[in-house]
Amino acid sequence: MNPLLQVSGLTKRYGARIGCADVGFSLWPGEVLAVVGESGSGKSTLLNLLSTRLAADAGTIEYALLGRGLTDMAKLSEAERRWLLRTDWGFVEQNPRDGLRMNVSAGANVGERLMATGARHYGQIRSTAQDWMARVELDPARIDELPAQFSGGMQQRLQIARNLVTKPRLVLMDEPTAGLDVSVQARLLDLLRELVTSFGLAAVIVTHDLAVARLLAHRLLVMKGGRVVETGLTDQVLDDPQHPYTQLLVSSILQV
Amino acid sequence: MTTSGYNFAYLDEQTKRMLRRALLKAVAIPGYQVPFGSREMPLPYGWGTGGIQVTAAILGTNDVLKVIDQGSDDTVNAVNIRRFFARTAGVATTNRTPEATVIQTRHRIPETPLAAGQIMVYQVPEPEPLHRLEPREAVTRKLHALADYGFMHVKLYEDIARYGHIATTYDYPVLVNDRYLMAPSPIPKFDNPKLNHSPALQLFGAGREKRVYAVPPYTKVESLDFEDHPFSVQQWDAPCALCGASDSFLDEVVLDDVGGRMFVCSDSEYCSNRQAAGHAGSAVKEAA
Repeated sequence: MNPLLQVSGLTKRYGARIGCADVGFSLWPGEVLAVVGESGSGKSTLLNLLSTRLAADAGTIEYALLGRGLTDMAKLSEAERRWLLRTDWGFVEQNPRDGLRMNVSAGANVGERLMATGARHYGQIRSTAQDWMARVELDPARIDELPAQFSGGMQQRLQIARNLVTKPRLVLMDEPTAGLDVSVQARLLDLLRELVTSFGLAAVIVTHDLAVARLLAHRLLVMKGGRVVETGLTDQVLDDPQHPYTQLLVSSILQV
Repeated sequence: MTTSGYNFAYLDEQTKRMLRRALLKAVAIPGYQVPFGSREMPLPYGWGTGGIQVTAAILGTNDVLKVIDQGSDDTVNAVNIRRFFARTAGVATTNRTPEATVIQTRHRIPETPLAAGQIMVYQVPEPEPLHRLEPREAVTRKLHALADYGFMHVKLYEDIARYGHIATTYDYPVLVNDRYLMAPSPIPKFDNPKLNHSPALQLFGAGREKRVYAVPPYTKVESLDFEDHPFSVQQWDAPCALCGASDSFLDEVVLDDVGGRMFVCSDSEYCSNRQAAGHAGSAVKEAA
């Protein structure tokens, strides 16, 4: 089997400072990779590079396009890249307000990708949107409400539905559970885990919460100062950390 | 009476040349917004500075000009713009659509079908159809370049979800020549079908936004819609109260303060022609 995403030597500098340096990894279909590290360790820079929102200074990102095999993202035309980003990829923002259109209804939010990819049947768009709202445990009867009328956790689930509606193969998530209280977090994690397994999604999840990584991720990438300091299977890294920084990170978890 | 001291049609020749270049480009790429150096005109933005500049650029001595505002030849803006060109260019003016070679308009396309050789000039307040959804000019240009118009349908979806039908009634977005999304200026959607495969050349000028665009004759102009909510135009329960026309765009006229009202053609020339030909609506019959 070939990897879905192959990253090598990815580097981004902000002037003299390092955003992230020489990051490389492979992601296989259906695999969840968590990127952990403290604030400022380059997690978000990495995610922005992967989503091609930021241009890398060096390194390559290759993605296994349907029917074309591993293709260098930098060689795609802008039109192809945008098409890819709204069909085969998803991006879940930390703050759902950044990932949702707040001035249109929940149904329009979920249906936007469908309409952007050519769906022109109102009834079908609407029933697909309702179907997806049900899948992320939102009341389909609330399809015409604005996102602002939903709670924070519900907005996050709406954002997930909006991204998954085109059945992407790769989803990038930036701290999807940050800012939610623990019980809502738990339900969201449960939902994510279920979606990931039932659709065979591959995902890169950036988080500072090791519990999230433990629950969702198959593999772990530990970053510090823009560099990857340790990588391995989640349980292996968390139970037997090798790098001093990972040891510090694991030992910093509060035990209740 | 022509006013001396001005160049023909007010603008200097270099400015007209610049405008004609922009217009040629606009005609070559139907629906594409071409930037131009909009000049200060002797009327405020929003009163038709874009249309006036386009008209000035294309007007020749043999042209016959008609100007309408809200479908009427007799409203302040129409009268003033017509007189402006009568004075600065000395061209003939008319109220009759078939006689006109250049028709400057705000809000309406005449009910009388246009003919080959005629030029429509639209005054456009907001040339960017995506503006309401995406305020950043740099982004909308990119969306046009990539023909990335999916989220225009989000707006239409939202209309149907809220009102049960597409509630956009004017400035209804159209796709020109299967490529560029275009704002047809604030004409009612009633007039949208007239844009499609029109024999007349249609030029659009936005003075404040400094853009011109065009629909060449016989070009496909398609109003956006959904398969199960197809595009449709406004309809009225009663025909025009003055001329009895049931195929024209009607304006509501309030008659008194107890709910009395009547509907009359917004195209004053069309209405008066029909009345002269012996057609009469309900209000005329009652008075007789």
